[in-house]
Amino acid sequence: MYFETLEAAIAMDGHGGFVWSAYGICLLVLFFILLAPRRRQKKILLRLAGEQKRQQGGPITLEEGK
Amino acid sequence: MWSFFHKLGSPPWLYRIAGSILRWLLPITLLMLCVGLVWGLLFTAPDFRQGNSYRIIYIHVPAAVVALAGYYVMAIAGGVSLIWKMKMADVAMRACAPVGAALTFIALVTGAIWGKPTWGTWWVWDARITSMLILLFLYLGVVALYEAYDNKEAASKACAVLTLVGTVNIPIIYKSVDWWYSLHQPASIKFTGESSIDPSMLYPLLLMIAAFYALFTCCLLMNMRADILQREARTNWVRKLALEYRA
Repeated sequence: MYFETLEAAIAMDGHGGFVWSAYGICLLVLFFILLAPRRRQKKILLRLAGEQKRQQGGPITLEEGK
Repeated sequence: MWSFFHKLGSPPWLYRIAGSILRWLLPITLLMLCVGLVWGLLFTAPDFRQGNSYRIIYIHVPAAVVALAGYYVMAIAGGVSLIWKMKMADVAMRACAPVGAALTFIALVTGAIWGKPTWGTWWVWDARITSMLILLFLYLGVVALYEAYDNKEAASKACAVLTLVGTVNIPIIYKSVDWWYSLHQPASIKFTGESSIDPSMLYPLLLMIAAFYALFTCCLLMNMRADILQREARTNWVRKLALEYRA
């Protein structure tokens, strides 16, 4: 590791605020674009399952009814 | 060969194959991202002139490179969907837009944060930065234009035309640092000739570029899968899938 202490890695000779905030924003955006399609897919599948059950007259859960 | 193209146009096949690619590509992507981030942030030596602020390069450059490459993918998919009316090309085109927008946003924001300690300013209306901002608007434009139409077939056509017209911006972004006097530095990595970056800094950067390409592919495939489900919601295979998912 280049930095000797944790404090030095956080401070980065005064550039820490810039570097860590850039990395933080980047990770946040990446996290979002990786999770968003998963959630959308899950929602569609649940809705479709709910629709089919409703057509068949079966009970549906709260999640499926959305 | 032709049967491959034929299969590519088949939603259930594409859905399944994208799923099996994701199963191994996603873990590899996350691993590359983790290794690259830690390597760039903590293990490389600082730049002799910029100090530690240069570490932003490990997210700024990969995001910008892949945002541009993603536009090619979107433009090619848009062209195919416009000329051959291939539904899955249209799905691919629209799947690119939010991912490209997110990567362009990362490139712009990290660039602004990097600019402050290096140039003394967050933002300049510089050729490279302005053309990247236009790229962001093009990506967002595709998303917004599709939502604006009720007739989805017309929406796809309009998006494909917008995408193709926007291609003009790509060479402008590439060449902006050479054509205009610019605060933005020219490229440090060159395919031909010597790169002006030390190997100890180059390797983590190349790893991060590879990781961002893989990430773009993952997001593209996941968006396509979700879009295919929505589009094919009335078909038997999707209805069956939904029931299996529930079970």
